[in-house]
Amino acid sequence: MNPAFSVIFLTTLIGAGQGLFLALFGAELAGFRGAEAGARDFLVMGGVVALVLTGGGLLASFFHLGRPERAWRSATMWRSSWLSREVIALPVFMGCLFLWTAGHALGLPSTLALGSVAVLAALALFLCTAMVYISVRFLQEWASTYTFVNYTLLGLASGCTLATALAAHGAPSLVRAYGACALLFTLAGLVSRSLSLARNARIRPRSTVQTAIGIRHPQIVQRAMGFMGGSFNTREFFHGRTPGALRQVKWAFLLGAFVLPLCLLAIGLASASAGLLALAFVVQYAGLLAERWFFLAQANHPQNLYYQAVS
Amino acid sequence: MTQLALVIDLNVCVGCHACVTSCKQWNTSGSAGPLVDDQPYGKDPSGTFFNRVQTFEVGEYPHTQTVHFPKSCLHCEDPPCVPVCPTGASYKRKEDGIVLVDYDKCIGCKYCSWACPYGAREFDEDRKVMTKCTLCVDRVTDKALPEPERKPACVLACPANARLFGDVHDPESAVSTAIRERGGYALMPEWNTRPANHYLPRQRTGMTIHAEDLVRVDNPLKIDGKQPELPQQGAGREDYAT
Repeated sequence: MNPAFSVIFLTTLIGAGQGLFLALFGAELAGFRGAEAGARDFLVMGGVVALVLTGGGLLASFFHLGRPERAWRSATMWRSSWLSREVIALPVFMGCLFLWTAGHALGLPSTLALGSVAVLAALALFLCTAMVYISVRFLQEWASTYTFVNYTLLGLASGCTLATALAAHGAPSLVRAYGACALLFTLAGLVSRSLSLARNARIRPRSTVQTAIGIRHPQIVQRAMGFMGGSFNTREFFHGRTPGALRQVKWAFLLGAFVLPLCLLAIGLASASAGLLALAFVVQYAGLLAERWFFLAQANHPQNLYYQAVS
Repeated sequence: MTQLALVIDLNVCVGCHACVTSCKQWNTSGSAGPLVDDQPYGKDPSGTFFNRVQTFEVGEYPHTQTVHFPKSCLHCEDPPCVPVCPTGASYKRKEDGIVLVDYDKCIGCKYCSWACPYGAREFDEDRKVMTKCTLCVDRVTDKALPEPERKPACVLACPANARLFGDVHDPESAVSTAIRERGGYALMPEWNTRPANHYLPRQRTGMTIHAEDLVRVDNPLKIDGKQPELPQQGAGREDYAT
């Protein structure tokens, strides 16, 4: 597929926002309450950052639409479409997140209940986002449980890394716990993403040029796709890069999203350096952009079988 | 239930692209607005088409066959592009099984095109909505047209009669007969999309001539004894055919 930057930013930004909120609410559950003045400020600040991230993701998604003014219609087919469910789950999560943040800002007592609902919304959003890709069964690289596991783990990893960096400024008592979570989820993300890379490397495409045109002969080559200019079919479904470039992006994201942040987090935690922890998040987010680009680009759409040769 | 569909005879398609141009002409002139043509005479032309004719070479030179392969929306009976649409703009008509896009509801998210393994859908860069073959729904249902003209533009244009149109759920229709008797098949059966459109395979062309085929058993000259007798006598092969 040809990765769209709107989709890359949407999925990475909301993933980090969900992960950050889950980290904040985890701290609240663990007894880090709004009673202390500093704690309340930190939770509110974190909630606002998570809102900004998810809002940025929502904004990015509009750039994917040909007719953004009709975007409201996309909530109508939730009975059948995972995309529609995602379109509902994202604002619901943002709404819960806003109420939870506002609850802390106003000192309301019901933040635990609000937060619990927001947790359910965040998990539902992880599921919906992943299912948008898993449910396209022709794209065998996407149609795997790994897609859901990776989206969730990478969201949690980037959210926890961000929480660590924020805690270094607003809640020093949480830095070590958040740092441990960030290391854990980044490591888990590295394992599951590597496993999914290994799985995708072994995929045997179910569709071949033989099944595409229904002629059972081992030797079939396309001589003409029927036109010499470009078309939607030649633009949307192939990234247009060489296999070598794809491999470089793969190593870049393995380094940027996992290895470097792990090192930066470890050094940052050991030396108690807020700057290094912030750098860890920036590097990891950039790495995740590359990871998402690769995830989208790697999917090999069977329609490409019909567009192999110009003439 | 009616399921309108095309049956495309690969045995006679000559790859002339008449179906492509007639499709473009009809569908760019309709009330839904023109199909985009971006820089048609420029350096990098691009445009939206609902139908393409592609060419494949089967076998190894010199034992090759050139197969011209027309491809448009297959109007699947279980269309994977329809349930994924978040707005309901993509739908399959109950009355005749045509898969359509409501251009007024489409938000142009392109998700349906991802969900079509055949690449049948093309995004219109001018109207910013997804477009696809309508099976000329505005022609085939137009009661003002004389009955023989209520067919898709591509079917009417085909000079080789390689495109048949009809109801594949009616076992007596010409398309059902062709599918049944000539080995009609569906594309990418592995995805269980159950395409309504079918393709008729190439046929081996050839004939076997028997010696007796060259001789008329009832040759009057022979009967009258005016021509020497040939070795073949009595009833021939064809006399047992029925």
